Amino acid sequence: MKNSDRIREWLLGDESLYYDTMAVKSQSINDEQAAVEEELIKGSLDQKEKTFDTKHNREIRTVSVLYNILAAVFVIFIFVNLLMCVSYLPPLEESQKAVNNEVSQRYIEKGLKECGSTNIVAGMILDYRAFDTFGESNVLFIATVTVLILMRNNRKKEDGAVSDPDDRRLEPKDDIILQKAATFLVPVIVMFGIYVIMNGHLSPGGGFSGGAVIGAGLILYANAFGFHKTERFFTEKTYKWISFTALTFYCLAKSYSFFTGANHLESHIPLGKAGAILSAGLILPLNICVGLVVACTMYTFYCMFRKGDF
Amino acid sequence: MGPNLLNNYGQVIAMLMFVIGFANLLFHKNMIKKIIGFNIMDSSIYLFLAQMGYIKSHIVPIATDGAASVDQYINPIPTGLVLTGIVVSVSVTALMLSLCVRLYRRYNTLDLDEITTMLRKEGR
Repeated sequence: MKNSDRIREWLLGDESLYYDTMAVKSQSINDEQAAVEEELIKGSLDQKEKTFDTKHNREIRTVSVLYNILAAVFVIFIFVNLLMCVSYLPPLEESQKAVNNEVSQRYIEKGLKECGSTNIVAGMILDYRAFDTFGESNVLFIATVTVLILMRNNRKKEDGAVSDPDDRRLEPKDDIILQKAATFLVPVIVMFGIYVIMNGHLSPGGGFSGGAVIGAGLILYANAFGFHKTERFFTEKTYKWISFTALTFYCLAKSYSFFTGANHLESHIPLGKAGAILSAGLILPLNICVGLVVACTMYTFYCMFRKGDF
Repeated sequence: MGPNLLNNYGQVIAMLMFVIGFANLLFHKNMIKKIIGFNIMDSSIYLFLAQMGYIKSHIVPIATDGAASVDQYINPIPTGLVLTGIVVSVSVTALMLSLCVRLYRRYNTLDLDEITTMLRKEGR
């Protein structure tokens, strides 16, 4: 076959140009080179092991000793500095301290009249500084959402193969002592939490502490009777709706109050008689909102860390 | 040194707690212990704030008898600040613990040095 024919055929795509004219050999690394390469890889691995061998590395040990000494010096330096600061602060029991300025004076003198709550601290954090507390509730909510993202195990429940992520099987199930104790304790704990929330504007307490108490009661209940009992009334949907409703109500109520000038003359929310349960305007509903958010947050944290699901 | 070191003994204790927590952060390699140190620091701050608001022979600001005078109650503002601090500390602790759980699932250790070594070994 002539060369011109071959080229034409190659152009037409029928045949390779070099077919049958060139010897096609399989490439083989020659053995010597392979050995060298293997040694190189092994050497680099050895080097890596040597570099990251933290137990027998003298440099790392020196650095860590140096680090400990420097850290100790730094800690002592900070302690001495803080002690110097404290020693120049005004004495503890003095009433003429710089922190006792006209702000706290106004809160104390006008708090009862303007907020209607006997607990001046509750009046301060839920009336004068209500948006600060709103931010705190949102911080709790965002923390819960992040923990949900990080800890949720998203395994789908395939048919039949139920892999239980719960660690309940490692613990005594249906412990009779715990169950009997919880039967008496849980209603009392939850009732005490509700009492603390409802009396937030009259006595020490409020939404945050009462919510934490209710959350503790829920955790005790879940521990004693297992999660299949709490699943009946507390699931992800419950958490979602309670948090959403409470935060939205808080935002709208306080926005209305601030929109009308933040004084209780124009917002038409009666202050009531100081000392009664139904008094102090918006403070009681806001306390309930905060308490719901905190209780749900506590219980959700526990569920997430325990088994990654509600 | 100033004149009031012994009078402010409560604040001295708060500072001591702060330094203990800070030393925990610096010296321990285990991350759970670091978080515990962080919480000790938080508690010292609450103690310090509560001390700042306290006035001798004054009572809690709950006006049960309707009286409102500065000479009777302690300062209510640091109390509110402590509340804010507690809430933020709870949230931050939960966040840090969940991140720790994720790190443990990935590297099977809580030692910060070992985790850094593994990261270097993987070439990141």
